[in-house]
Amino acid sequence: MREEEFTRKSLGLGGSPLRLEQSMGPEYWRSLDELAGTPAFKEMVAREFPAQASELFDPVSRRNFLKLMSASLALGGLAACTVQPPEKIVPYVRAPENLIPGKPLFFATVSTQGGVATGILVESHLGRPTKVEGNPKHPASLGATDTVTQGTILTLYDPDRAQTVTNAGRPSTWDTLVQQLTQALGTQKAKGGAGLRLLTETVTSPLLGDQIDTLLTEFPQAVWHQWEPGNQDQAQRGAQMALGEVVNTYFDLSQAQIILSLDADFLNAGAAGVRYARQVAAGRRVREGQPQMNRLYVAESTPTATGSLADHRFALRPSQIEGLAFALARRLGVEVQAEGPAPSFEASWLDALARDLKQAAGRSAVIAGDHQPPAVHALAQALNLALGNVGTTVFHTAPLPVKAVDQQQSLAELAAAMEAGQVEVLLILGGNPVYTAPADLRFGQGLRQVPLCVHLGLYEDETSQLCHWHVGESHYLEAWGDARTFDGTASIVQPLIEPLYNTKSANEFMAVLIGQGGRNTYDLLREFWSLQSANPDFETYWKVSLHDGVLAGTTFKPLQVSPQKPLVIPAAGRGHQAQGLELALRLDPHLGDGRHANNGWLQELPRPLTRLMWDNAALISPATASRHGLNSEQLVELAVEGRRQQVPIWVLPGQADETLTLHLGYGRTQAGKVGTGIGFDAYPLRGGNALWQAGGVVLNKTFSTYPLACVQEHHSMEGRHLVRSGSLTEFGRNPNFAAEEARDPPAELTLYPRDEHVSTAPNAWGMVIDLSSCTGCNACMAACQAENNIPVVGKEQVLNGREMHWIRIDRYFKEDPADPEIYHQPVPCMHCENAPCEVVCPVGATVHSEEGLNDMVYNRCVGTRYCNNNCPYKVRRFNFYQYVDHDEASLKLQRNPDVTVRSRGVMEKCTYCVQRINAARIEAKKGDRPIADGEILTACQQVCPTEAIVFGNIKDPQSLVTRLKASPLNYGILTDLNTVPRTTYLARVKNPNPELSEG
Amino acid sequence: MSEATDKSYQPPAPVLAAGQSYTSITGKISDIVLTPRTPVGWGVAFLIAFLFFQVFLVALTYLLYEGVGLWGLNNPVSWGFAIIHFVWWIGIGHAGTLISAILLLLRQQWRNAINRFAEAMTIFAVICAAVFPVFHTGRPWLAIYWLLPYPNSMGVWPQFRSPLMWDVFAVSTYFSVSLVFWYLGLIPDLATLRDRARNRLVRICYGVLSLGWRNSAAHWHRYEMASLLLAGLSTPLVLSVHSIVSFDFSTSLLPGWHTTIFPPYFVAGAVFAGFAMVLTLAIPIRKIYGLELIITDRHLNNMAKVMLATGLIVAYGYFMEAFMAWYSASTWEQFMMKNRMTGPYGGYYWMLILCNVIVPQLLWSKRCRLSTTWLMIVSMFINVGMWLERFVIVVTSLHRDFLPSSWGMYSPTKWDWGLYLGTFGIFFTLFFLFIRVLPMIAIAEIRALVPESHKGK
Repeated sequence: MREEEFTRKSLGLGGSPLRLEQSMGPEYWRSLDELAGTPAFKEMVAREFPAQASELFDPVSRRNFLKLMSASLALGGLAACTVQPPEKIVPYVRAPENLIPGKPLFFATVSTQGGVATGILVESHLGRPTKVEGNPKHPASLGATDTVTQGTILTLYDPDRAQTVTNAGRPSTWDTLVQQLTQALGTQKAKGGAGLRLLTETVTSPLLGDQIDTLLTEFPQAVWHQWEPGNQDQAQRGAQMALGEVVNTYFDLSQAQIILSLDADFLNAGAAGVRYARQVAAGRRVREGQPQMNRLYVAESTPTATGSLADHRFALRPSQIEGLAFALARRLGVEVQAEGPAPSFEASWLDALARDLKQAAGRSAVIAGDHQPPAVHALAQALNLALGNVGTTVFHTAPLPVKAVDQQQSLAELAAAMEAGQVEVLLILGGNPVYTAPADLRFGQGLRQVPLCVHLGLYEDETSQLCHWHVGESHYLEAWGDARTFDGTASIVQPLIEPLYNTKSANEFMAVLIGQGGRNTYDLLREFWSLQSANPDFETYWKVSLHDGVLAGTTFKPLQVSPQKPLVIPAAGRGHQAQGLELALRLDPHLGDGRHANNGWLQELPRPLTRLMWDNAALISPATASRHGLNSEQLVELAVEGRRQQVPIWVLPGQADETLTLHLGYGRTQAGKVGTGIGFDAYPLRGGNALWQAGGVVLNKTFSTYPLACVQEHHSMEGRHLVRSGSLTEFGRNPNFAAEEARDPPAELTLYPRDEHVSTAPNAWGMVIDLSSCTGCNACMAACQAENNIPVVGKEQVLNGREMHWIRIDRYFKEDPADPEIYHQPVPCMHCENAPCEVVCPVGATVHSEEGLNDMVYNRCVGTRYCNNNCPYKVRRFNFYQYVDHDEASLKLQRNPDVTVRSRGVMEKCTYCVQRINAARIEAKKGDRPIADGEILTACQQVCPTEAIVFGNIKDPQSLVTRLKASPLNYGILTDLNTVPRTTYLARVKNPNPELSEG
Repeated sequence: MSEATDKSYQPPAPVLAAGQSYTSITGKISDIVLTPRTPVGWGVAFLIAFLFFQVFLVALTYLLYEGVGLWGLNNPVSWGFAIIHFVWWIGIGHAGTLISAILLLLRQQWRNAINRFAEAMTIFAVICAAVFPVFHTGRPWLAIYWLLPYPNSMGVWPQFRSPLMWDVFAVSTYFSVSLVFWYLGLIPDLATLRDRARNRLVRICYGVLSLGWRNSAAHWHRYEMASLLLAGLSTPLVLSVHSIVSFDFSTSLLPGWHTTIFPPYFVAGAVFAGFAMVLTLAIPIRKIYGLELIITDRHLNNMAKVMLATGLIVAYGYFMEAFMAWYSASTWEQFMMKNRMTGPYGGYYWMLILCNVIVPQLLWSKRCRLSTTWLMIVSMFINVGMWLERFVIVVTSLHRDFLPSSWGMYSPTKWDWGLYLGTFGIFFTLFFLFIRVLPMIAIAEIRALVPESHKGK
């Protein structure tokens, strides 16, 4: 194993990629087949976090120790058999341009979700990508990223990734596969490809689309299917109904004054979530003296990040959302002819909402959630047209996918063809349909009947199990490619590192099928885009595009759409009938459809609102829970249309009554060391008629319970003035409402001299967090984890209250548990001027810097934990065990070299990203100038989609942070303890409709 | 103290029962040590203690191997069993010093019969206590010397503002002074053993340990002087050690810890707990070794009175904590007290009140004070009660502090219990060795009481 480690390490410094299977050679495998097939061997090869505490005391793991030892001994011998080819090691004679050891470089690329791109800049330390940042030049990013994108860097280094080509689960070679494929395609050629099927996820990549087109031209009878669970089917069907054509819809919320979300978590999900979040937050920024605020109405079944930011949040059952859309349409004069019974929905606030929307006609937006039935999408389109929003806040373009299909139908066709034995060769490029396909399609059964089935995927997952061949897919940071973003703008996917393993990208795979096998993707891409571009100086255009991360001029032109009058909504486009308990199935905010299940960072981020880690649960409102006699953590059996699944209950205030919400993406059986067996699989409940929501759910109680790891057990603020809030009118009446809510003791009321902390340093670092903007999306937590080498500790440790995040988002519910006000409060270290932690440390391991940072000296810490006891904010984190995995070679590559990796027995906490402060200081000193405002962005600040976190020098009167601290909304928490925190908050200002807010 | 007022004055019962002579006392006490036949009962008891000592070694070894994550500690509750037991053991040690130093200065001769093993108990308890602060740290291999102010080339010193730093000085001073005082008191007795030993090897051992004591008047003069000086040194230590231990809590800003009453209340609590432990040990030993004539009912009575008095101070402390929480008008303090009484650990609080406040009231009754059974029951209650007190102080204050988002619960694991039971192993292993090889009662000091015991006749 030492050799393997060594190889991987050397590759991290830009060497040749690891070819595990080459050094082992197939001939060795034959003799060791039996060994290689044992679970012990797989476990050893695939083990991701050996030091992960959840398994530390697992007796089974201990029992496996001997087996592992024997396996590794055998492997050790195997590695020793290999004759290493002689290699010449040559030092840099001429150093590569711009490469200074110790200084990171940033490269623009894009990551995709649901096929749609978000621009990012990736930090690279000597060839190792370590951190994802947003790309300010990319329209979907504007400099920030979402939570999941932060986690993708860990996926790159995940040791569980498929590392080679396998045939029936055994290592094979790419050449053997190509040989077999060529043969199969040769047979297909004769019949025009009648037995050839291609299954992809949503493809927006123009190059891949072009390659698939070429394939389909060669094999005219072949069929291209597309499927991913988080698809746009409903929106497309809705657009077809309302506009007569399938279009892509996006919003410009910077202009919107009134926004209504029909169960859309548009600030935290979807391709442009980051952009929308920034625009909506900018429209609510009373902190800088702006007197106006936009108003956000959210009707939703389960509380989301978007709902928690809303000025008015209506908890509605899934079936009622459609009713609301119909009722609004009626009030705003949209002509609708609906088949089926007319939904009735009345609420006291409907008229006020309709009036508000009408008043802001042309400057409002109605957004329907992806999982809403087509009727809601159609009505939202019609409402936007009726309100005159199209062209100001709402835009339509040609669909983003190369070929927009109804994916549900597409997959159903494939399943039927497989069942009928018409599919002879099936190529699955990405995705995990065996796990994600609607339960009633019995996709796995069909797949078994396909004579040749090849799966390209990042992991050997549930689908790979049933395919003959699996090809490891390159991570997006390893391979060239391209993709389009929400408005059609294309970008190049630029790799940062050679593939770590013997993997292929979709483009490389397709190239082999269409006879471009000898050419690399970079050349194909360049050639493709040089044909697309009308620019005479293509070389410059190409370089600028790569540098900026955007292919200029590729944005889709907005389409002129015309409404269908009257709007006819067929019965098939309607949602389910309101009946009994309703079930809402949603993509997990962190794991998506399950593709990120093996990502420890994303698993261990508390889900927004529930604050659960490592599990999903059926969310239920307090009233419904008590009506059914249910408690959190109680296991129940749910049945939808006869399909059953056992899940634990979690009582969540703000959940709509008589509604269960269950997130997809859990209960994977083949995810990898981290994700396998985590949570409960919701796909078995998901059938063709109930992809997102269903009525008439049967709930059977059981008497067992299942422990859920929730990082916040207490939901109430207990009357403590932690999150302060007021309405816009209240703020206008009394700007000092936040300060007056809890008076701080006067500054003179201390025995110590007040100027004790006055320092002569030119900088004094401070932070302001704007609670009016925070949506609780967790991006800051993920970014902090990536930046600061924060370990993953596992569910057992979380249950013990030992999670390690340096910044956390406290979530409080206020008032009525049925319809609570939801508050988020990000809590990093407060960097108190009178830090209580410092005086109690017996060895002086936590000390104050000249610039006001409360520093941790890891080397000096002996771990008395007294500092944590004395920290009123409880932001300190202790390494109870050796949490950082020192053994897994690939994970070492991810770590930020500027941040110490902490060992067991040491306390750690937020440093205000001191490594970034120091980097900026060095730059400033070189230029003999002060550090400029905005030059230092902490990781949490940089990633924040809503710019809620502001950091800077509070000695600089011009800096944004100083100006914000002067705002009347500024307040500190627990200031009566005389801690003098450097991190302060801006009170939350809401903009409720005066007609609706009582009193 | 009070029940004597209404009755006509009776002189207190003699410290030493009548009919004792120098020979009988010397023989009685030294024979326990010098007998070549080890009692079977001692062997069994020692083996049991030694078994628990092995538990300690296992718990400690695994702790060093895996880390303090083995315990039930978590983010709000960063201190748990380790600190509870540190305070508990240190508290138990207190009675020894109080008996040997303060009662010596106050010329309370009744102390002579019990001071030797009370002091031994102190030393062993401090050893048990010292295990915890060292090994509860994340990196004990560094903590063990980084907390000491040793000169080094890097000019790095401990942080003198930290009460944990003060603890290091307080506990180490306390331990060394107690050890020297104890050893000094042993010297004349070691010489007696040397003189009476029949086995040559034993004689040499005791001879070396007795440092050439020849029973001369000059020796006695210096002995008395040194005793007085050490008693003078120890007296402030009795008060300072537990005051400083209480600073670990009271200098913090945590509601439930941040309390000015802590130093006196901790000292009283320590004496309370210490006397309970002395009784717990003395009653069986007196019975087993037939020492009723030396450790008389008067001793038990006096110790019970000290327990009653300190118990009342402790009860006052509990009351004051609750009163000040209300009187302070501080949200944090009021919530802490409410949570302590009615929160998830409320049962522990009310058990504590039962053990430390209600049950000791039995000691008002003389019958109870003179009944070994009742005294044993009451002292066991106090031993448990004082453990509960430290649990309540440490855990209920930490588990729900300022930000409700960070609240949590604490439950000890088997490794927490293992180390705690293991320290009993250390304590009793040492204690049984002590009663086997050293005179458990100060022979010389008891001999000094003989003339007085004859006065009554």
